[in-house]
Amino acid sequence: MITEAGHFSLISAFILSAVQMSLPLYGAHKGELRYMELARTTAIAQFSLVLISFAALINAFVTSDFSVLNVVLNSHSDKPLLYRISGAWGNHEGSLLLWVLILTLFGAMVAIFGRNLPPQLRARTLAIQGMIAFGFIAFMLFTSNPFERVLVPPENGQGLNPLLQDPGLAFHPPFLYFGYVGLSISFSFAVAALIEGKVDAAWARWVRPWTLAAWCGLSIGIGLGSWWAYYELGWGGFWFWDPVENASFIPWLFATALLHSAIVVEKRDALKSWTILLAILAFSMSLLGTFLVRSGVLTSVHAFATDPERGVFILLLLIITIGGSLTLYTIRAPNLQPGGLFRPISREGGLLLNNLFLSVAALTVLLGTLYPLFLDVMDAGKVSVGPPYFNATFGPLMMPVLGAMVVGPLLSWKRGELLSVISALWFVGLAALGATAITLIYSGIEGILPAIGVGAAVWIIIGSLMELAYRAKLFRSSPHDTWRRLMQTPRSVYGMTIAHLGVGVLLAGIIGTTAFKTESVQNMNIGDSVSVSNYTFTLDRVEALKGPNYIAERAVFIIKEGANLIASINAERRRYPVERDMTTEAGIHSTWRGDLYAVIGEGNRATGWTTRLYKNPLTPWIWFGTIIMAIGGMVSLTDRRLRIGAPAKRKGFSSSAPRAVAGAK
Amino acid sequence: MMRLIYFLPLLGCLCLGVVFFLGLDSDPREVPSAFINKPAPEFSLAPLPGRANASQADLGNFSRTDLVRGQPVIVNVWASWCIPCTAEHPLIDRLVKQEGVVVHGINYRDKAPAAANWLARLGDPFSKVGFDSDGKVGIEWGVYGVPETFVIDGSGIVLFKHAGPLTPEILEQDILPRIRTHK
Amino acid sequence: MRSRKRQRLWLVSLVFVLLGGAVALVLNAFEENIVFFRSPKDIAAGNTEVGRLIRIGGLVEDGSLKRTAGSSEVNFNITDGAATITVTYKGILPDLFREGQGIVAQGRLQSDGSFRAVEVLAKHDETYMPPEVAEALKKSGYWQDKDQKPVLKGNEK
Repeated sequence: MITEAGHFSLISAFILSAVQMSLPLYGAHKGELRYMELARTTAIAQFSLVLISFAALINAFVTSDFSVLNVVLNSHSDKPLLYRISGAWGNHEGSLLLWVLILTLFGAMVAIFGRNLPPQLRARTLAIQGMIAFGFIAFMLFTSNPFERVLVPPENGQGLNPLLQDPGLAFHPPFLYFGYVGLSISFSFAVAALIEGKVDAAWARWVRPWTLAAWCGLSIGIGLGSWWAYYELGWGGFWFWDPVENASFIPWLFATALLHSAIVVEKRDALKSWTILLAILAFSMSLLGTFLVRSGVLTSVHAFATDPERGVFILLLLIITIGGSLTLYTIRAPNLQPGGLFRPISREGGLLLNNLFLSVAALTVLLGTLYPLFLDVMDAGKVSVGPPYFNATFGPLMMPVLGAMVVGPLLSWKRGELLSVISALWFVGLAALGATAITLIYSGIEGILPAIGVGAAVWIIIGSLMELAYRAKLFRSSPHDTWRRLMQTPRSVYGMTIAHLGVGVLLAGIIGTTAFKTESVQNMNIGDSVSVSNYTFTLDRVEALKGPNYIAERAVFIIKEGANLIASINAERRRYPVERDMTTEAGIHSTWRGDLYAVIGEGNRATGWTTRLYKNPLTPWIWFGTIIMAIGGMVSLTDRRLRIGAPAKRKGFSSSAPRAVAGAK
Repeated sequence: MMRLIYFLPLLGCLCLGVVFFLGLDSDPREVPSAFINKPAPEFSLAPLPGRANASQADLGNFSRTDLVRGQPVIVNVWASWCIPCTAEHPLIDRLVKQEGVVVHGINYRDKAPAAANWLARLGDPFSKVGFDSDGKVGIEWGVYGVPETFVIDGSGIVLFKHAGPLTPEILEQDILPRIRTHK
Repeated sequence: MRSRKRQRLWLVSLVFVLLGGAVALVLNAFEENIVFFRSPKDIAAGNTEVGRLIRIGGLVEDGSLKRTAGSSEVNFNITDGAATITVTYKGILPDLFREGQGIVAQGRLQSDGSFRAVEVLAKHDETYMPPEVAEALKKSGYWQDKDQKPVLKGNEK
């Protein structure tokens, strides 16, 4: 009964989305407030309905209702509660419902918090959001209904892919989708602005918080996915340039570029058509990712079960959404008012450089991801494109971004003085060079690239802090004055400093883990010791144990540094009888200096076990860096300038209202 | 001139759309079979024990000689633990009963009582069923998973292979035409 | 107006320089880092470059898996029915690796005709389970009986 209610809610939401995408658009065109206001009501109602629908699905999973096909295929009554819940979005249909839930959530939030938006812009934005919802709910209802029943319910379900039965991965999709799908709002704002033919500082100010929120979610989501891959796949790595990873990373890169270019629109009224394009591209790449993961055109460890019919449907949705918005862009963008001028050496110049490099880097990742598909379509052979390609293209393209990250914030708008920046940053540069030199001495000349990476990390970490110190006139003015300046510094500046600091920490973690790790693969019997760098791993014992829905072989390693006991870690191999599958759980001992990591392979007492041991320096910095970046985003989100409703100024309902707000900086 | 630049993103999007559309047809996981238009491998399998509804002639060994009797035949690799096999079973039934095609089975990595039970419950349309409990013959045939279906002409040459459960479309478009031309 | 033109000029030239550089990077990276997929049959035909990173796919031949005592090195043959190639690998085999299983190995062909793998990937699932099956299942209204508990296969040696 609850399941039917969920299904019915979804159908009602579908009908509402049809209203939301049409009448408000008409109202905005004709200037009829009644129809425009309909967008808000429908957006909120639609979210409530999808929420009911989602709750119904969760209910089916939690109560193990095996009359629902989706539950049969993806759950089992033996599963712990957490994975019964996360099983709801661990499959194609359920994750699509989560997708739509977040889509409508963002719509509802704009409806609720967007009181100060001009009604036309709000109506149009919500109408576009309604169109996307219409397409995706239709997709769900016609090809992937999560509420489908089984005529004769079986006794138990098939279980969830054991790789997905993991706390990291249980929460990965909600965050990831919050980011992925949250970008839809920036997209809707962009398309609405194109319909109106007007982009200005106020528009940028309204778009930014939504983009920022989505960006934070996406950063955390990607981080969680990477963390999961690190400890669950047992390969000692954290990023594999797998198509599904790239599918989330490409939108992140575009969203990052969008965040920065929106600043230029807001402050200087420049780069307008570029910013609109980025907003369209960022969400388009999210859609593309959705398509890649679900259509089966590319292989990946994470891909869902696939079906050509669904692929055609999503492709159609994709072409209508992206093609439609880009057609509108082609027609309208050339007519946007040109914005303020600026010299190459200026804040705008720095942000533009960041944008260009981020976008080009995103395109090279896209190209590498799709290249196997291109060749396959042209029948030119089956190939795969692995990490070396991405490292060789993405790495060099990121270097200028990392350099500009520190210089840019110190440049003034419009026309910057390179000399004053050099005078402020010379010793940061010196510190970076020093760090590079020390690394080179330590690692030898073949370590030139990692050494540059270390230098870049130092450059960013110290440089970001320097920017704040420079702004507060630290040591150049009285402590009192410095304090006053610090207090007056807007939250968004702190947000930037923190986020940039996070990038530096992340970079240090990446370099440490990839370039300076020590790895050892061997056969070990109980009592054997292996030294990895300056640590000794001893295989103490291997024992059998029984989990809630798996049986496992657990290896206990004792780690010593010299004579000092450091830790004892457990590496497991789990076998899931229901799913007929196995997983590896790495044993990890984490400190701020790095991880000691052990994996056990197949073996027995007679032959010994194959083991893989790692010392991964600075790996936790990767997760900390990601968290710091997301915190930076959130701090920036609390800036009162961005706080939705703060600079509320309603001036009639004419579309020229934003001007007033733009002036009130 | 400047207007053309604004057109570039749309152009890129359309090109990608075409590639994706073409890409939907090809399965990246598909590994081309080494057997297409080649003779089927030499093999001989003991019959699956416990088949209640099979004729006496079909209870013998299943070997390559069963594939070279002049008529096109189908070899279907299945297992009782394989759910897609259950799903495609009605289509196998249809091949045999409505189209009059001979279908042999290879029971892959299965337990004999479970397999016999499966046939007893769903129906047993197969002519011969070889019992490949350890999957050795499956390797000879290049079987990656179950179900897989091979179309063999009357002289032991593999005409077509499908990995995954059969669908009515595959039956109509790929299998039946080949059977008809070789009858 | 002049300065607007000048701004546009340096912007466009910057974009072109950047795109040119990126294209060069990409082409260079493709040249060196594309990994082709080869079957044992292709390799037997003898036109595969020795020493270049490639992927090969096939089934692990029964009885061919050998471990070197006291080491983590393993040898096995993979076959596509038409040809067989010996693979050596040092490290942990994937959880789902076993004889008769379809695998993909990434590595380099050696001059002696064997293949040295740096990575071995096992096909994740033994059944093809596309969603049409769901449809069919619903139609048949059938799932599985008690005596049909799936049998756990594989590493039960």
